[in-house]
Amino acid sequence: MDLRAKLAVLADAAKYDASCASSGTDKRDSRQGGLGSTEGMGICHAYAPDGRCISLLKVLLTNACVFDCAYCINRASAPVRRARFTVEELVRLTLAFYRRNYIEGLFLSSGIIRSPDYTMEQIVRVARALRQEHGFKGYIHLKTIPEAAPELLAEAGLLADRLSINVELPQAASLRALAPEKDMPVIEGAMAELSTRIATAGAERREARRALPPRFAPAGQSTQMIVGADASTDGQVLDASDGLYSRFGLKRVYYSGYSPIPAASAALPPAPPPLLREHRLYQADWLMRFYGFRPSEILAGGEAGMLDLEIDPKLAWALKHRAGFPLDLNRASREALLRVPGLGARTVERVLEARRHGRVKLADLARLRVPLRKVAPFLTAPDHRPPPGQIDSAGLRRQLQPGSAFARAARPEQLALGL
Amino acid sequence: MACSICLAGPADFDGWRAAARGLLAAGIAPEAVSWPGQDGAAGLFDGAAPDLPRDAPSPAVPRDFLVQAELAIRHSDPERFALLYGLLWDARRRPGLLRTPTEARMARLAAMARAVRRDAHKMHAFLRFREVETPDGVRSVAWFEPEHHIVEAEAGFFERRFAALRWSILTPRRCAHWDGAVTTFTAGAHRAEAPAADAAEDLWRTYFASIFNPARLKPEAMRAEMPKKYWRNLPEATVIPELLRGAEGRERAMLGQAIAAPGRRQRRRPSGAGTAG
Repeated sequence: MDLRAKLAVLADAAKYDASCASSGTDKRDSRQGGLGSTEGMGICHAYAPDGRCISLLKVLLTNACVFDCAYCINRASAPVRRARFTVEELVRLTLAFYRRNYIEGLFLSSGIIRSPDYTMEQIVRVARALRQEHGFKGYIHLKTIPEAAPELLAEAGLLADRLSINVELPQAASLRALAPEKDMPVIEGAMAELSTRIATAGAERREARRALPPRFAPAGQSTQMIVGADASTDGQVLDASDGLYSRFGLKRVYYSGYSPIPAASAALPPAPPPLLREHRLYQADWLMRFYGFRPSEILAGGEAGMLDLEIDPKLAWALKHRAGFPLDLNRASREALLRVPGLGARTVERVLEARRHGRVKLADLARLRVPLRKVAPFLTAPDHRPPPGQIDSAGLRRQLQPGSAFARAARPEQLALGL
Repeated sequence: MACSICLAGPADFDGWRAAARGLLAAGIAPEAVSWPGQDGAAGLFDGAAPDLPRDAPSPAVPRDFLVQAELAIRHSDPERFALLYGLLWDARRRPGLLRTPTEARMARLAAMARAVRRDAHKMHAFLRFREVETPDGVRSVAWFEPEHHIVEAEAGFFERRFAALRWSILTPRRCAHWDGAVTTFTAGAHRAEAPAADAAEDLWRTYFASIFNPARLKPEAMRAEMPKKYWRNLPEATVIPELLRGAEGRERAMLGQAIAAPGRRQRRRPSGAGTAG
């Protein structure tokens, strides 16, 4: 098989991993030698027709796999074409793409061949060749195999910017049912190990006086959960994420709507990927991390443990807590403003800044590109008082609900940006 | 007193800053100043300087304002210099003005800075090098069409990233050439002066087509982030029409395969809406 055919097979096999982030690592450049740079901000070098960012060369080392996970295109029993890159081929391909400014770096994963240790060793060899033989300063994300030896995970962290281990499913029971070779305690044990190493290295580097101790996965670790392959509710998904963020200090949890794959297992729903559900989960995730919402509060906006698909989770929450609105734009606290549907975190900071120099009007919000139709029912301002009774009216939800065309166009922008 | 200002180039921030300081010190109102590029005035980037106080004291301005001003100066809007000077002039009587992001002109300044930042980001993202053999070895040459005057400001990004290469970035208004030690700038070029292809582009198109998931087709999201105006300079964009045409059939085939599995009935979830763009 020639290189082009291998690339087609091994990129196709890698596309179910949602992450393509290249942001949040330490700053490096090649003025003193080597090739490449990272400046903190991720760069999307292209967008595929699925609207997703292409930042990294995202491939598998091989799509041969001894595991038989029902949701995975590469499972042992799937009748798909198998291929394998040599370490040298993958290194050359990464450098050729990087030199032409196609990519920020490499996201390397692999099917499990022979043993977890053998596979992890192959993955580490690619990163080692890039960093040590070619002085590669670009971004490297390595998929970490939880069953591999701790020494291999330790070396991976010294070479990579980001490490990730996929939890795959929100509940241990679903994992047992759909991925018999995987084991939730082993996955969580490896995440805990990485979390300790990342935190320790970070602290040592901050406190170092002279020679900096080596970095360890400076862009942290992330994970991915497949949504819609098992019967988990959004509540179970968000509780699982909340636990992962708090226990292991993850940078990101990615949600991947289960997507039909060629030769799908009969154990899975033959439905189009639940893109809107995935999008709502990303919005909810954002509310947990940047807006001070607890999972239970977000879920209170929906019904029976599921988020409202028709409106975004912040609006859903507000419509169930109408007694707290409207708020005075010029008196409300930061925390309260962050809960106003349509006001983003950056807008809230600007409003607070502008309040120090005069009263802020609704017309001022328009200049900050705030959707007035959405915020108006929830705010009072010198030039605005919502009609009496509007906040309690039964028609408010319908009035604020985006048209179905909008809902269809809703896209998970977070995917593009990483942290 | 009418006053025509000359600057060293269309993105001469230092020149604008010195002129603004002098104009403020001389008490010259914005209406009496004409800036390069305004009202179709041409050739003013290299005329004689008017007699303004030199080394005038610089008025204190917020750091954020300076950061935004430096970006906005690179904008192609011919009113950029006048907008900024007008703000400085009015800020003498209205101290909070430059800290009020909701004021109409401040919002316009923010929009200009944002546009320049986006243009720079898209240059970092969508510029593509093609390698050519020259008597001095391999040279990486790119053709890019920025909207604003950003080539000088963004050359540093490519120096830091590709210091080991020898590269040229050609654009309609300005070109940058890196020889391994310094970057030199020359006048604008034409598209035909850049190489037409590169040996790695076939592999790159293969990757682009293979990483795309046809079950998640969202062409409007792709176009929002990668507007069509960039496509003619992106080697991978040539396969987009083909991918769009083929996507529906590929998804149907995958769904059909699963539906045909024995003993299972198709169960479409209501949440599944949203695949088509």
